[in-house]
Amino acid sequence: MTETDKTVKTHKTPEAEDRVKIKARRVNVFYGAAQALFDIDLDMRLNQVTALIGPSGCGKSTFLRCLNRMNDVIDGCRVEGDIYMDNQNVYDETLDVVELRARIGMVFQKPNPFPKSIYDNVAYGPRIHGMTQNKEQLDHIVKKSLRRAGLWDEVKDRLSDTGSGLSGGQQQRLCIARAIAVNPEVLLMDEPCSALDPVATAVIENLIHELRQRYTIVIVTHSMHQAARVSQKTAYFHLGELIEYGDTSDIFTRPQHEQTEAYISGKIG
Amino acid sequence: MEKPTPYIRADLLRRRYRAEKRFRLYGVVAIFLASAILITLLGAIAFSSIPAFTHTYIGLDFDLQAGDMTENIEDNNWHAILRKALYQQFPEVKTRRDKRMLGKLLSIGAADRLAHKFAANPSFVGQKVQVYLPASDDFDLFIKGAIDRTLPESDRLLSDKQIAWIDKLRAQARVKRQFASHVFLAGDSREPELAGIKGALIGSLLTMFVTLLFSLPIGIMAAIYLQEIAPKNRFTDLIEVNINNLAAVPSIVFGLLGLAVFINFFQLPRSTPLVGGLVLALMTLPVIIIAARAALASVPPSIREAALGVGASRLQVILHHILPLALPGILTGTIIGIARAAGETAPLLMVGMLAFIVDKPANITDKATVLPAQIYIWANNPERAFESLTSAAIIILLVFLLFMNATAIGLRKRYQKRW
Repeated sequence: MTETDKTVKTHKTPEAEDRVKIKARRVNVFYGAAQALFDIDLDMRLNQVTALIGPSGCGKSTFLRCLNRMNDVIDGCRVEGDIYMDNQNVYDETLDVVELRARIGMVFQKPNPFPKSIYDNVAYGPRIHGMTQNKEQLDHIVKKSLRRAGLWDEVKDRLSDTGSGLSGGQQQRLCIARAIAVNPEVLLMDEPCSALDPVATAVIENLIHELRQRYTIVIVTHSMHQAARVSQKTAYFHLGELIEYGDTSDIFTRPQHEQTEAYISGKIG
Repeated sequence: MEKPTPYIRADLLRRRYRAEKRFRLYGVVAIFLASAILITLLGAIAFSSIPAFTHTYIGLDFDLQAGDMTENIEDNNWHAILRKALYQQFPEVKTRRDKRMLGKLLSIGAADRLAHKFAANPSFVGQKVQVYLPASDDFDLFIKGAIDRTLPESDRLLSDKQIAWIDKLRAQARVKRQFASHVFLAGDSREPELAGIKGALIGSLLTMFVTLLFSLPIGIMAAIYLQEIAPKNRFTDLIEVNINNLAAVPSIVFGLLGLAVFINFFQLPRSTPLVGGLVLALMTLPVIIIAARAALASVPPSIREAALGVGASRLQVILHHILPLALPGILTGTIIGIARAAGETAPLLMVGMLAFIVDKPANITDKATVLPAQIYIWANNPERAFESLTSAAIIILLVFLLFMNATAIGLRKRYQKRW
């Protein structure tokens, strides 16, 4: 089963490629009195990587954190509008936010492994969600997740070592393994490579390519090159507004909006 | 192209280095002064406590026959037996008055000690034995050189005759100084040669136990609620301000509160570690809450986000991640708060723990006193021998506190995790 996992090829029809996984409509976010996002409408498609780009403070991270309701824990943050995942409203009162976050995994800007062993880092999610009956199943999930995150061969002999002893790039891949261990449908990445060197970044970017087969990925990035390399769709944010959205190749070659052009050509940002 | 940044003027540079040197010198002087004062203080106390750890004992001969003894060996009139043995040493002492004066050379507790010795060694009966018994505090002071024999008789604690008797005993090599185990093993007494710290030490430990039992769980729960769960609004702000204020309230106020609430309202028994511990728990609570909140706040938000991100509930985030990381900090704060409470006298004054209590407490509802209260009581006693005993008690209290603080540092070092 483990070996076949790796070799799954996705031959999706164009319609399936274009199926919308997450749909945001008229999303407004306020921090206290200040408004951070203005009427964002955005679709994120199944098995695609959607890149959110834009200058600092443009609201791209805020938008990302709306998707799995991480903004809930920020005092004074208020979200208006609707976000649907598979036609279910994420902000529905009856929706269990814990379950939502299990379905939408998240990888953060700075690698943040728990100060526990590598094994426990990955096993934590499956454990709290009761995904396994016994140790063998848990071992299997840990192995599978680490393998998918491309970390297995590097850490298989020291699973009981603490996660913070790994290098930055390894830590970030450990965080990815931890996120995919609970088998999410969507993976949110908040500038996952900003704390990494170019080599580690390349490893993560290759990983994103592979992960796309299985998950819907939304990635916030400061690097336009990275957006161009890893994403199929790109959304350009500026001062809390969605300026332009389209196929990545179009955005970078034929930007429709002058602000987008200015940003990707390096005039602002 | 003109020259880039102008070079720094040499005199300015020199002045800067001089300022730096001066600043360093101030620091060294400050540290030197502080440690000199501390060492002088501790040294003085330690020096004056030395006499308290030894005591003078007088060797007397006993030749008791089994026929003269009662069945239960402790039931004998040991006072009479002791007197007889003492008078045998001094056949020249005849008058009742002189005999009384002679008797005063021995400690009041000597007869008890004798009874214990014979009870512990039944083989002593029927043979000639020499038993060393504690001397009175005045005798002890004389041996330690605290009584000047050149003073006129009326200005001395010992009369000419008593000094002559002591000299005779010394000539017979019947006087020796020994380690005074009673300082550690006995409860309080009016007689300095019988008084010990054990009662107060047990009282302190029981009181600290009660304090910890109440303040630690309540403090941690309050801190977790305020830091992690409570909404930030005016009400929680008010609570926070009040907790900070409570930490600065004079400790005697907590004593008054304890008197009014625990003793008068809840009718808890006075002078007990239960009431004392509760009062100190009230006093320690704000300290623990503040320390615990600081420890919780210092857990990096990235850990919180990571746990939330994989779908942990709020409680799971707290119990699995934040609390374990904050625990060393919480424990350090708690131990420092408890150590402060252990050195506190004023609030206990109000609940009757500043009292002369001879019996060692066995549980938290027995009458008891605590170490700092014991120091205060001894410092107030008129007998001169209590002076050194007071110093000894201070040293014991300091060792106790040092031990607690060392534990705090050890715990922090051991459980501190990197992230």
